[in-house]
Amino acid sequence: MAQSEGHQQHPLGIYFWVWGLLFVLSGFSYGVDYFQLEGMLRWSLILLFMFLKAGFIVAVFMHMAWERLALIYAILVPPLCLTVFIGLMAIEGDYTFLTRLAAFGPAAEIIAPHQ
Amino acid sequence: MTHEAMAGTVTAIPIGNLGVVADVSGDKQAFQVPWGKAMMWIFLLSDTFIFSCFLISYMTVRISTTVPWPNPSEVFALSFGGEPIPLILIAIMTFVLITSSGTMALAVNFGYRKNKKVTVLLMMATALLGATFVSMQAFEWTKLIMEEGVRPWGNPMGAAQFGASFFMITGFHGMHVTAGVIYLSIIAYRVGSGFYDRNKGGNYETVEIAGLYWHFVDLVWVFIFAFFYLW
Repeated sequence: MAQSEGHQQHPLGIYFWVWGLLFVLSGFSYGVDYFQLEGMLRWSLILLFMFLKAGFIVAVFMHMAWERLALIYAILVPPLCLTVFIGLMAIEGDYTFLTRLAAFGPAAEIIAPHQ
Repeated sequence: MTHEAMAGTVTAIPIGNLGVVADVSGDKQAFQVPWGKAMMWIFLLSDTFIFSCFLISYMTVRISTTVPWPNPSEVFALSFGGEPIPLILIAIMTFVLITSSGTMALAVNFGYRKNKKVTVLLMMATALLGATFVSMQAFEWTKLIMEEGVRPWGNPMGAAQFGASFFMITGFHGMHVTAGVIYLSIIAYRVGSGFYDRNKGGNYETVEIAGLYWHFVDLVWVFIFAFFYLW
């Protein structure tokens, strides 16, 4: 049950646990680069460690796990709109890339030869 | 409530500017937390969108460039007399920021325990670690500008958009850290000087609100680290 008036007091142990976990996860993140992992493995590990770290910080350090649902929804739902924005801009970026290849790339002369 | 009583209430509602205040406040509380905390969360939500805009524009220019993107692993490598270690400065900066997040979380906890001395010490440690982070960032920028020749409009390593994205994203984050150091110092001073004992009846929730800001700065770094430095 959430404390009334948002008074957040918890045992110290959980902070030390999360603190340690954040160190370990950051170490893993750095390891991804240090050991030069490539491709899908690299990207999925980067995202996994990133979301775990972000989740622990928000849930425990920022006390979101103990807040009432109204506040959790109000803060965590709006950023979900960003996924649409990210999707749109990824499509746009790809389109720009292909346009640049067609207009300025090595194949440009073949696609649209100089008059 | 009877009809008469309701009619009586209606006539009591103020009009004009006071009416606007009465209407939007509406005598209802949506969030069962101190107003300062709700407002900090809403500020952080807006800040989330600003940082997201920077990271999304970085994604867009990186996808759309036909020139190879400079390899951050090599660009940010640092040599301590031997072989260059990839990304080592950034790794140290990450650990400094995480350490500061831990000391801040403990400061909030000791604040609620009314342990003033430990709270102030932990907050000062947090601010000091934050200042260390900004100093290392200043070093990183200097090295990049003076030695690597990175400019917002171009660089010798590859895609021209690298510099603009880098300075914009890390600069805005560094500004947040700097503001956080000042913010924490002020709150720590007020805790130490007994300001909250005199004026707020010994309520240290302000420490938690400052903590929210500080953890958010750490949170943003998690995303910058993943997308800009590791990707």
